[in-house]
Amino acid sequence: MPHVLPLTMMPEGKEGKVVSINAGQGLKRRLVEMGFCEDSLVMVHRVDRGALVVVVNGTKYALGKGMATKIMVSDC
Amino acid sequence: MEKKKITIALAGNPNVGKTTLFNAITGARQHVGNWPGVTVEKKTGKRTYKDTEVEVVDLPGTYSLTAYSLDEVVARDYVVEEKPDVVVQIVDATNLERNLYLTTQLMELGSKVVIALNMWDLAESRGDKIDTRKMEDFLEIPVVKTVANRAEGIDALLEEVVREADKGEHHEHEVSYGDDIEKKIIELEKIVGKDSALSGKYPVRWLSVKLLDGDENILEKIEGSSVATQVNSVLSAIKKEDYEAAMAEKRYETINTVLPQVCVKCVKEVTFSDMIDRVVTNKYLGIPVFLAMMWAAFEVTFTVATPLMEFVDMFFGWLAGVVAQSITNPVLGSLLGDGIVAGVGAVMIFLPNILLLFLMISLLEDSGYMARAAFVMDKLMYKIGLNGRSFIPLLMGFGCNVPAIMATRTIEDEKDRLVTILVNPFISCGARLPVYLMLAGAFFGRQAGTVIFGIYILGIIVAILSAKLIRGTVVKGKPSPFIMELPPYRLPTLKASAIHMWEKGSIYLKKAGTIILAGVVFVWLLSAIPAPGVDAAFASEEILGTEDSLVGVLGHIIEPLVAPLGFDWKVAVALVFGFIAKEIVIGSMGVLYGTGEDEDALAEILTAGSMTPLTALGLMVFTLLYAPCIACVGVVKKETGSWKWTLFMVAYGTTLAWIAAFLIFRIGTAIGWGL
Repeated sequence: MPHVLPLTMMPEGKEGKVVSINAGQGLKRRLVEMGFCEDSLVMVHRVDRGALVVVVNGTKYALGKGMATKIMVSDC
Repeated sequence: MEKKKITIALAGNPNVGKTTLFNAITGARQHVGNWPGVTVEKKTGKRTYKDTEVEVVDLPGTYSLTAYSLDEVVARDYVVEEKPDVVVQIVDATNLERNLYLTTQLMELGSKVVIALNMWDLAESRGDKIDTRKMEDFLEIPVVKTVANRAEGIDALLEEVVREADKGEHHEHEVSYGDDIEKKIIELEKIVGKDSALSGKYPVRWLSVKLLDGDENILEKIEGSSVATQVNSVLSAIKKEDYEAAMAEKRYETINTVLPQVCVKCVKEVTFSDMIDRVVTNKYLGIPVFLAMMWAAFEVTFTVATPLMEFVDMFFGWLAGVVAQSITNPVLGSLLGDGIVAGVGAVMIFLPNILLLFLMISLLEDSGYMARAAFVMDKLMYKIGLNGRSFIPLLMGFGCNVPAIMATRTIEDEKDRLVTILVNPFISCGARLPVYLMLAGAFFGRQAGTVIFGIYILGIIVAILSAKLIRGTVVKGKPSPFIMELPPYRLPTLKASAIHMWEKGSIYLKKAGTIILAGVVFVWLLSAIPAPGVDAAFASEEILGTEDSLVGVLGHIIEPLVAPLGFDWKVAVALVFGFIAKEIVIGSMGVLYGTGEDEDALAEILTAGSMTPLTALGLMVFTLLYAPCIACVGVVKKETGSWKWTLFMVAYGTTLAWIAAFLIFRIGTAIGWGL
């Protein structure tokens, strides 16, 4: 059974699938445009000093933890 | 034969090599200005290709064309309203999926699009195989392979662009959104189509799509139109958030059906970039690596700049000599020699320093490291109420605050940007250094280096505390959440970095040529006009810059204001002139104490009794904190668009400077130190 958890809880090096984004309109749209849409694969590169480095669709982003908690992923 | 003229716009995501391609197309024939009404930079350039004159407009880098940020609105309005003949989208071949999202939006806008598939060599070297033929078939858009940093594929691209511009008919591309959404789109199209003002200006389908997308900018446009109530009744019947996300995902779906067929994808492996990132963004190593980088950048800057500065100094010394010898009219000679050459020379001497610092910053930016630096600094910046991106403008402030404040344009959140602008002048710019060098050298002997270092640190501390204070009071709210792309590392080319350096540094030159030139003429005039009741000729030797000129009158008016700080009227005048450019503080003290350019003589006079170490320290701190120079005030007004904030900054800094200098003087006097 895959768990659904916030992106911040994903262990480093693990890949997950985006399930939902619990954010306001503007932020949600922004994230979707950057590639965080439902079913896209996210890899957590590292969790570090209040931020995450993640890879979505081959692009690397640094992402604040506040924002990352709003992205729900399932570990698969 | 008369040449054909076409206009093309360059669009693309950030970090795809758009600027490099722009430079490769236009070479030196470019013009930098602002988009009307906003502070987003607009670059245009020209290129003649065969018998066609191509005007190239560089749009801001954007991930999409919604109205999320100012950049996106600017890019979109240009494409929709100015209708360029062709839009060239630069697509990063190593990252097709995200880049094609923008393509779908450009297609919806109904523009003629040509794709420049950039960096395809990188994509191939890591094992991707991109079939451009198939890509053209699926998207119905011409695709040209380019490698911008080696200027490859430019002619092929222009060939395709000119051909596309010549085409009469134009195929409308559409993303299909599925039955439910399409029904709503058609419903809205019918309503919006009735307003001829709207439908004449914008594609109707696009307007309808954007309305469902919840695009505030378009909603505003509808609000003022004849169909506002009808549109609102349709929109209020649906749950907008659902539509918005569903539509974005449909666009990705369209891309994802195309993608596997054009690109044999994409080996996943630990790349070179990943390995570097493991070190430079490491929890423990990140900050030390960052500090080492900064130390190296400053070290290179100052080591290389010192001989160059001496050269500039020699040049202006020589020029002053030539002026003194060749111009016999004493008034004109004094204006040129004592005023313009000395004044502008005092500013130009920092040019090597500033250009080199900006070159270092450009190299770090172009290599991709600066994004990591912003990331490493984000936690710290967040604590003081700023955002990781505030950091680069603050760093640039050590060179010159004017381009530094312009660099805040990369900060998306308006409040974050405002705070970054307001505290930037506390970062001690290159122009303030000579003031410290002279005073600390004269009064603190071997401790001079420590004192100057302390002044810099004080500036940083004041900036941090002020940011916290401003965040807690007048600009309330938390810094915006941080998200930033970490582009793959690239080897910067000297040419590209030199162009970026010049973009930042030429702002400083422009300031020297305009505001400062006007300022020094003004200062010279004040010091050349005899005071009322003094019987002397205009600009005569015996009154120039002394108590007997207007300067003296001015000084005595201000003196009571600075007397509690232990400053006399000459210092007061020097500080007023320092508002034109802070380095003028030393120059005008030289004039007022009658020592001219000779700093050693000035130091001697000051230490002989005009000042004490205590007042010297007070003067250094005052110079650090008080109202920034006039060029800086001008740029703050331009970037904030508000006189209120500009005046706030001037008043805040000057008050702070006064209090700090007062405390230094009073406490120092009370404990009997440095008298």
